[in-house]
Amino acid sequence: MDPECSQLLPALCAVLADPRQPVADDTCLEKLLDWFKTIADAGSSLLLLQENPCLVTLLCPVLKPQDLSPRVLAFLLRLAGILAAQEDCFQHLQQGDLLPRLFGEAGPLGGAAWTAPTVRSGWIQGLCSLTQHPSALCFLAHSGAVDTIFSLQGDSSLFVASAAGQLLVHILGLSMQAPAEGHPSLQPAHWPACAQKIVGHIEESLRATATPQVTQALNVLTTMFSHCHDPWTQVLWVHLSPLVACLLEKDPVPAAHSLVDLLLSVARSPVLSSSSCGLWDTLAQTLSRLRASQAGPLALGILKLQECPKALRAQAFAVLLQPLTCVLEATTQAPGLPGSVGGTADAPLTAGMLLPSKAACVGLLCQTLAHLELLQPLPQRPSPWPWAPLLSAAVTILRLCNGSATPTSDTGTHLCAFLAGCVRVQRAALDFLGTLSQGTGPQELVTQVFAILLEYLTSPDSSPTVLKKAFQATLQWLQSSPKPSGGGDLEPHAQLFLRELLPVLPKRLCSPCWDVRDSGLEFLTQTVRRWGGQAGFRHALLASEVPELTEQLLRDPESYVRASAVAAMGQLSSRGLHIIPASPGHPGAQQKSLLEELLHILSTDSEGFPRRAVMQVFTQWLRDSHADVAADTEHFVARVLRVASQDLDWEVRAQGLELALVFLEQTLGQPSSSCPYAMTPPAAAPPSLVAQALQPFCRVQLFDFAFRALFDCDRPVAQKSCDLLLFLRAKTASYSDQQGSSSGPDVASLEAALQRWQAGDQGQPLGDLEPEAVVAVLRSLDLEGLRGALAESSDHAEQSPLSLLQDMLATAGILGENEADCY
Amino acid sequence: MKLYCLSGHPTLPCNVLKFKSTTIMLDCGLDMTSTLNFLPLPLVQSPRLSNLPGWSLKDGNAFLDKELKECSGHVFVDSVPEFCLPETELIDLSTVDVILISNYHCMMALPYITEHTGFTGTVYATEPTVQIGRLLMEELVNFIERVPKAQSASLWKNKDIQRLLPSPLKDAVEVSTWRRCYTMQEVNSALSKIQLVGYSQKIELFGAVQVTPLSSGYALGSSNWIIQSHYEKVSYVSGSSLLTTHPQPMDQASLKNSDVLVLTGLTQIPTANPDGMVGEFCSNLALTVRNGGNVLVPCYPSGVIYDLLECLYQYIDSAGLSNIPFYFISPVANSSLEFSQIFAEWLCHNKQTKVYLPEPPFPHAELIQTNKLKHYPSLHGDFSSDFRQPCVVFTGHPSLRFGDVVHFMELWGKSSLNTVIFTEPDFSYLEALAPYQPLAMKCIYCPIDTRLNFIQVSKLLKEVQPLHVVCPEQYTQPPPAQSHRMDLMIDCQPPAMSYRRAEVLALPFKRRYEKIEIMPELADSLVPMEIKPGISLATVSAVLHTKDNKHVLQPPPRPAQPAGGKKRKRGSDDIPDCKVLKPLLSGSIPVEQFVQALEKHGFSDIKVEDTAKGHIVLLQEAETLIQIEEDSTHIICDNDEMLRVRLRDLVLKFLQKF
Repeated sequence: MDPECSQLLPALCAVLADPRQPVADDTCLEKLLDWFKTIADAGSSLLLLQENPCLVTLLCPVLKPQDLSPRVLAFLLRLAGILAAQEDCFQHLQQGDLLPRLFGEAGPLGGAAWTAPTVRSGWIQGLCSLTQHPSALCFLAHSGAVDTIFSLQGDSSLFVASAAGQLLVHILGLSMQAPAEGHPSLQPAHWPACAQKIVGHIEESLRATATPQVTQALNVLTTMFSHCHDPWTQVLWVHLSPLVACLLEKDPVPAAHSLVDLLLSVARSPVLSSSSCGLWDTLAQTLSRLRASQAGPLALGILKLQECPKALRAQAFAVLLQPLTCVLEATTQAPGLPGSVGGTADAPLTAGMLLPSKAACVGLLCQTLAHLELLQPLPQRPSPWPWAPLLSAAVTILRLCNGSATPTSDTGTHLCAFLAGCVRVQRAALDFLGTLSQGTGPQELVTQVFAILLEYLTSPDSSPTVLKKAFQATLQWLQSSPKPSGGGDLEPHAQLFLRELLPVLPKRLCSPCWDVRDSGLEFLTQTVRRWGGQAGFRHALLASEVPELTEQLLRDPESYVRASAVAAMGQLSSRGLHIIPASPGHPGAQQKSLLEELLHILSTDSEGFPRRAVMQVFTQWLRDSHADVAADTEHFVARVLRVASQDLDWEVRAQGLELALVFLEQTLGQPSSSCPYAMTPPAAAPPSLVAQALQPFCRVQLFDFAFRALFDCDRPVAQKSCDLLLFLRAKTASYSDQQGSSSGPDVASLEAALQRWQAGDQGQPLGDLEPEAVVAVLRSLDLEGLRGALAESSDHAEQSPLSLLQDMLATAGILGENEADCY
Repeated sequence: MKLYCLSGHPTLPCNVLKFKSTTIMLDCGLDMTSTLNFLPLPLVQSPRLSNLPGWSLKDGNAFLDKELKECSGHVFVDSVPEFCLPETELIDLSTVDVILISNYHCMMALPYITEHTGFTGTVYATEPTVQIGRLLMEELVNFIERVPKAQSASLWKNKDIQRLLPSPLKDAVEVSTWRRCYTMQEVNSALSKIQLVGYSQKIELFGAVQVTPLSSGYALGSSNWIIQSHYEKVSYVSGSSLLTTHPQPMDQASLKNSDVLVLTGLTQIPTANPDGMVGEFCSNLALTVRNGGNVLVPCYPSGVIYDLLECLYQYIDSAGLSNIPFYFISPVANSSLEFSQIFAEWLCHNKQTKVYLPEPPFPHAELIQTNKLKHYPSLHGDFSSDFRQPCVVFTGHPSLRFGDVVHFMELWGKSSLNTVIFTEPDFSYLEALAPYQPLAMKCIYCPIDTRLNFIQVSKLLKEVQPLHVVCPEQYTQPPPAQSHRMDLMIDCQPPAMSYRRAEVLALPFKRRYEKIEIMPELADSLVPMEIKPGISLATVSAVLHTKDNKHVLQPPPRPAQPAGGKKRKRGSDDIPDCKVLKPLLSGSIPVEQFVQALEKHGFSDIKVEDTAKGHIVLLQEAETLIQIEEDSTHIICDNDEMLRVRLRDLVLKFLQKF
């Protein structure tokens, strides 16, 4: 510990022990504990106590817990736990009889302070910290703490209950490690007493009739099998699995969710996944016993397992697909249509699950769709993946939701009534439909997909969020549609669809809901980016009102929409699709006006999003050598940087640096690495060329912008500027080597100006700079050092223990308002 | 209790409820869809309409060609438009005591009822309902009277001839009862019979029932009605809305505990969500105007138009439409816009609070101030000089058969740049457009109907829990075009009772109680006796006095006998004969103890038999039977009166008397 901290510690301990000076902020105590933990981990706790006797004095008031606030009491319990984690320190505290009085009957346990959940939590966490050695186990056994932990499992505070479960797992793990020379005994009867006690408690809980008790036992076991993979866990599972199997006999199965978690954690455990444990049978049995909504997560978990018997996987997949099978059967003429999802055996059963209430039906369908969406991208997904039936199911669900499906059975009629207009299912189904675009389906189904998407995009009843999902799904399907063999970029089918969609888009762009306009614009941007070069698409787009409406939306009252409109216009313009018949006398006048309009937005828009979007468009235009930019690049860059440097939004300034970097690269030549910030030494350019090359940067005042950014109060901007200047310095290395001079009037004044800037006075501009002076300053600046400092987290100075102690002392006695609950 | 159903239109209801001794008409809606069979009445001579060919029978017989004209394959009656009235034969309408009006759309048949049926009762409605209802009637009369048509066709109505006509004329119902529009004089006379009421005001009808209007949330001043007696409650729900639009929100709580809930006036477009439709309306309007086209919105002069103007107020700036003029043309446009601003107490909370700022509750005031919205009584006059295109015109009538809209259809129909947007749900837009075919202008159908949909109804019924629901038959099955949509019908337990035009329903509950008041001095004289914990009884002798459907027990003119009398109902005022009555008995006879008592009194050889209703005690020696049942005891013995009296006294010992 620093001497400074040592000096402050007694005063702080006095503050903490003084009930008249309440501690304002829980986070301080948390930080203090973190600090003590770091010290304890790094050295001897015993030494720490001996060198700072105030700590022992601090722990003593616990003996009169009524005088302390619950949060300080909890802190002290946890501190004692951290200190006693080392066996010698533990003995030391034991000698002072401190530990039994902290954690035993004589302590806060059972007293008035115990009613505060913070104190109970502190007690558990303290014990959890100190339970690191055999002496601690003896202590626990003698103090009767284990029984208290058992009872805390049912605590009213979820945090406490969960921590109690974890502590039990921790104790069990430690007590099993103690004799762990060689294999553990196959009989739990021969296990250490402490372990036996805990296992006995778990057994008893599993046999209990009350569901909460069963849940507690299952949760403890789940934690244990997830975190502990020692061989003895297998013995434990073999011992307990009959009891778990008994749970399945009950109707309904108690604590089904916890049971699923347990079985999956067992199945994932590397020591247990052998068939000898009878685990697969249990899983299979569980799948068939649980209700559809409970079996879904289990089925998904089974299918995610790396190794698992084929039959079980098939069963799990069938369970997962059941609701969709039911939907398909309810809406098709002949049950068991070819390619039906997962067979039909259990469908009537699921129909029963789907139908009791709208909430159950909606919940189950959404869950199933989300599970399948998760499963599909995984390598271990079932093979072959039933693309066609899944597609058919997704389309059917969407049809049921918009009332266009014709049910063929009573089940179907009920489904129709439940799902009609249900936004939640629509969103889930559209998400899923989008994911399905990665596969292949029969052409007939793909036609249906596009048809239903078009229905959703056209319908006035689609809610804004549904519409957004529909746009996203549409884009995914368009992108995945195969390219036709005879050239062109879109297969005829998708092309036809786009043509039908384009008349719908203007209506969406005119919607009174801003989010509809926004998603319409986003969709437009993406489609133009992808198919802007395709003749059929260009023709249809230009024939529509879309480009004109998009330009109109640059002046939308909603900033998000303006931002999206900027992006869309940028894209349209890049693709030469922003051609509004210009007056004959001024060819290209419209194109120019877009640049002006975007600059206008950049300098005047009151919201950050549109300005950021403009910067992104400009950067892209520069990268793509857009015609307007290429006409006079220097002028363009100079204007943009001038506006961006004044911007209050740091992202705009950062994007300005990005644009400057692109300009640098284009002028100086890009290093071979594709990463713009890679600091591989670039091939040095001939000095004369470099000097010449730096001239334009001076003309566009790039250095003024970059140096200003270097001392920006927003760290990302400063970092980016630092990277940019480092790149530039590397580029000009040879030039400066030859020149060798780092003095001169220019250089001195520049350095002085920079120092003023660093001090926070950025009022004066740098004025006209000479390349030589810039290069000299680049050399003299400690850019690497600056980058290192910037890489540190912004609060590294404020996070030091010394400042923490000072802060706590300074605020002692002042009650703060931010009462965060941090137990 | 009976319900006479005079209208088959679920949103333009007209029912008569007979409840206790009152006859109450619930709404009198006018079905105007009949006008769709007629040719439009052009404001300016239309060569196209006047040159339509006459229609002739298949065999070439052209005797109807003066009455019927053909346009694009449809046949129309060339005559003054006529309306389908509520049924007048089912019940003698002169016996109707009161008419309760729920909203201004549901009173359009009022002049036909009050002026031509011998009606002598009172009509109850809220003030906005009456004022706006008057505007609607005034507009209707004006639309029809300002273009007088000499011809009145009647030949085609002959049943034998109607059979030969093409659809839909062939299938039109009750054509013989169709009537021409009423006159302004009849309107004024009808409206003078209305008595204004406020929400939650209790109105006594002949002392028999009490009626109360409740806010229904659908339109300015729209109400649902509660009709209740002391022990029965009937709720009448008509045209209600749970959406947040301009009117005061719906009062649902007061509908609870109804014995019968009559449910009418649900949304006519259950599959369309009003929010989506408003979005569609705005988008299409903007797209048309941007391309230099004009937008025509056929509408009523009040109601949804207020909400549309409010939406547009927020929308036009964002859509860059600030320079586009909005015109509202109706003989009552000015009154409608101004009335809406003065009915503050009938508006939703938000709008009410604006009044105190003070600001006009509706933003259309600002649109008018800034000259963005202009209103005219007709397209003649100022409008023709101000008129500037492209523009948006709101005008009536939504049937497209009369009013200024006819002119704009003729004017703009030929250009595909223009758009007609239908927002009123009352008329099929395809039928409305039929006499204008072929038509180049774009047609957009976005009906905005804020009335309850079936999901909201099912929530409402769960909340309110009426014992019985009665509704038009259309609501008890899915719409014919979507027979699989089981969600588009009323689903409740017990299933709703349905009615159709000209049907009489016996409502499924019996009145079991009547409230009778007791005079204080009579009440003082009663001596209650507790027969069970918490239950006391007293006998009362009194005169039942009934007047104005109120029943009062008064003390008898002579002092009552000390043993008490028996409650009697008498229609006449003659003095009741209060003869001495036997005491009333109560309680039950415990058989075992009774047998013991018999034995104690010297009876022997007693046998007890159990029967279905009680017991038989056999005194074999005395050849006597005692039948003990729940509510009677018989002693059967042969001519031994002494024995009978002894036994009777024994039995009486076990019973309480008073």
